[in-house]
Amino acid sequence: MNSLFPYPLLTISLLITWLMLAGFSFGQFLLGTIIAIMAARGLAALHPCDSRPRHWRLLFRLAGIVFYDIVRSNIAVAQIILHDGKKTGKSGFMTIPLELRDPMGLAILAVIITGTPGTAWVDYNSARSTLILHVFDLIDETAWVNLIKNRYEHLLREIFE
Amino acid sequence: MTLAADLPLWAALLIAFFLLIGAGLALIGSFGLYRLRNFYDRIHAPTLGTSWGTAGIILASVIYFSVVESRLVLHQLLIGVFVTATTPVTLILLSRAALYRDRVAGNPDVPLLHPLTTPLRTSSPENNPAAAHENTDEIKE
Amino acid sequence: MSATILYWSVTLAQIALGIAMILALIRMIKGPRAQDRVLGLDTLYSNGMLLMLVFGIGTGNSLYFEISLIIGALGFVATVALAKFLMRGEVIE
Repeated sequence: MNSLFPYPLLTISLLITWLMLAGFSFGQFLLGTIIAIMAARGLAALHPCDSRPRHWRLLFRLAGIVFYDIVRSNIAVAQIILHDGKKTGKSGFMTIPLELRDPMGLAILAVIITGTPGTAWVDYNSARSTLILHVFDLIDETAWVNLIKNRYEHLLREIFE
Repeated sequence: MTLAADLPLWAALLIAFFLLIGAGLALIGSFGLYRLRNFYDRIHAPTLGTSWGTAGIILASVIYFSVVESRLVLHQLLIGVFVTATTPVTLILLSRAALYRDRVAGNPDVPLLHPLTTPLRTSSPENNPAAAHENTDEIKE
Repeated sequence: MSATILYWSVTLAQIALGIAMILALIRMIKGPRAQDRVLGLDTLYSNGMLLMLVFGIGTGNSLYFEISLIIGALGFVATVALAKFLMRGEVIE
């Protein structure tokens, strides 16, 4: 990361986004490049937290795991809603102590947990590093703890810490 | 439906499959929102529509426009990226707001401010909105 | 043959999303609490966004894509502002 072109990955994704929306031509490419570089420099001026992934291959593995889990939990939640949505008392809150400290890793964990149907990130206490989640299908609490700690948090710690 | 007649059969079947999966999941999600009993249950329902509901319809749209215009049209994927990034933000903000309101209202079903330890002070978080307020700030750090 | 398949799947998807919007609207009107109404509005927005994409497939017009992008962006901002309002009682502090 140098001071003239900070965040190369962000710059390239912004440029690709621009070209996808505006269509590819030389003029658009030039304009998109200028805007992407300016945006990346603007972000650098804001001094966001400076953590970046160490292991790209693990990040792709995580994406694959999350993709599979989203498909699975979509089916599970759809079945619960269609069959016995009227039954209450099966869902509930859970508190999990987290060892992940990296802000970027926590943000990704929040997106994964909330984006997956059936689990919702409710509150994270950074002083105590505890996470409150709401789980739609709280039959086996240890299975959920296992899922979040071993399947996601372990991988995220390897990527970011 | 002027261009639709030119579509090959496999494309039409794929588009129909993804469209119906997407729209069906969005419908089930909204049905869950309507049917489930309390707010924290309901917050799970719309994610059906925003995860595979959106993905299905976007895939159908990508296939349709790619086949009709005989080139790879991918700009619909931007909506998918956008929805994936924004939905968790709105849902987390909403559920934290709901938790805060429930704590202030003294609802017994929601977790306390410091769940691992019992509150030591005599003023429990539910009776002390300022304390609950402080906690909600911590996540921003 | 493929036109028939496409016609019926688009029609069915439009009906399903229309019903989904009505269900979200009912939740928005019924409440019972403010956060339920905001969640209903958010779902209404995202279903409307999907409906615009389906319109785009039905008419073959890619202009609908831009409409759905705008609906998604505005829905996100609206929900964030409303959630903040619920938490603090004010949007601008």
